[in-house]
Amino acid sequence: MSSTPVIGVLALQGDVREHLVALAAADAIARPVRRPEELAEVDALVMPGGESTTISKLAVLFGLMDPLRERVAAGMPVYGTCAGMIMLADKILDGRDDQETVGGIDMTVRRNAFGRQNESFETAIPFRGLAGEPVNGVFIRAPWVEAVGAGVEVLAEVPAADGPESRIVAVRQGNLLATSFHPELTGDHRVHEYFVRMVTGS
Amino acid sequence: MSTTPTTADQPQIGTARVKRGMAEQLKGGVIMDVVNAEQAKIAEDAGAVAVMALERVPADIRKDGGVARMSDPNMIEEIISAVSIPVMAKSRIGHFVEAQVLQSLGVDYIDESEVLTPADEINHSDKWAFTTPFVCGATNLGEALRRIAEGAAMIRSKGEAGTGNVVEAVRHLRQIKNEIAKLRGFDNNELYAAAKELRAPYELVREVAELGKLPVVLFSAGGVATPADAALMRQLGAEGVFVGSGIFKSGDPAKRAAAIVKATTFYDDPKIIADASRNLGEAMVGINCDTLPESERYANRGW
Repeated sequence: MSSTPVIGVLALQGDVREHLVALAAADAIARPVRRPEELAEVDALVMPGGESTTISKLAVLFGLMDPLRERVAAGMPVYGTCAGMIMLADKILDGRDDQETVGGIDMTVRRNAFGRQNESFETAIPFRGLAGEPVNGVFIRAPWVEAVGAGVEVLAEVPAADGPESRIVAVRQGNLLATSFHPELTGDHRVHEYFVRMVTGS
Repeated sequence: MSTTPTTADQPQIGTARVKRGMAEQLKGGVIMDVVNAEQAKIAEDAGAVAVMALERVPADIRKDGGVARMSDPNMIEEIISAVSIPVMAKSRIGHFVEAQVLQSLGVDYIDESEVLTPADEINHSDKWAFTTPFVCGATNLGEALRRIAEGAAMIRSKGEAGTGNVVEAVRHLRQIKNEIAKLRGFDNNELYAAAKELRAPYELVREVAELGKLPVVLFSAGGVATPADAALMRQLGAEGVFVGSGIFKSGDPAKRAAAIVKATTFYDDPKIIADASRNLGEAMVGINCDTLPESERYANRGW
């Protein structure tokens, strides 16, 4: 793709505006997506932070879940932050029993794994493939990736609070990108630029 | 306060970005008042983005009279364990010890609320002193900015809780939006006088003039009873809605809750709002706000 990509932001609920701003700053044409016909018109999609149970429920109710799965299967690039990461997970833990995801990334994501709001935090994280300073990871009632399949590339990890191992907080599998944290809240648009490069293939 | 990128070597909790960022995640959603675990589950099933745990909904606080206080910790903990979505709870205005207790229980947001009986008629709680973020009510821009100066990470227009009447919610949200629009037209010389008039810090007034919006998320509260009410508040500029008595004081709470969620997301689509409004059973009865004596107007509480 050579021209400016049109990237939708799933606008059922969540921090949609911040993603629209970040995508525009990363030289994409950004627009909200709430309906199947709006989804059909975009080259790529961001699934924002928000309440994953609410987003999942509204996606099913308004007939978006199947079109989303079809577009993902057909190779549409998607970036999910926080709740959006949960939506891209093939398997989730600590979700509601009836909670559906779009899936696409061969990973198991644990919802609210870093704890409640009192445990929400920000910290510097090295992000593989991004030049310059580490990114400022803003984690809000955030999930982490508990396990990944062989085809999944781990892009960022943070040290576990209670042990020697680390927690996976950013992954990529093919055209799908997911982070536990919220670059859209920081004013640093490098992760969105990384995604736009995935979309344009440059 | 700043939105420029900063990085910390050690993880930092309770930062302004993390507190305000939490409210950003609630946008486009509905926060529902619940008085027990069963109601909390109904709210979560219906697609609420968070629940507000309290002992009595505002309509019952009005009916019962007396002093309204923070809820029983047992009841709050039961609700926290019943649902996976964020749980908020209310402290009295200026009652920073109730707020300390709520923080220790692990609630995700504290509402320093005029619906409870104020504990201090001059001072609100110093909200910077907490890791848990606060939401506060406001009837106008100056009040909103004073709360933000005290550390509030989210604002809701007050409306008149427990009435089922949206008129005050509309008045307060319009007031806040109009005052912001007016600031946009001011030049730098005028902003100092505007800050004096608003009784708010100059730095915040200038920030609002530059952004064209509050530096924190703005929801609407107090009187939303129908899907169309919720959509109205969204079209007027609220980034989401609190629904108190409107759901569990109605004939079919589960259905009404789900309908209000749909109308909040598709607030600009009358067809979807119409569908959501069908066969909801009885709405809460409601109170005419102009017959409310001054002493029973919760919106007057807070300074």
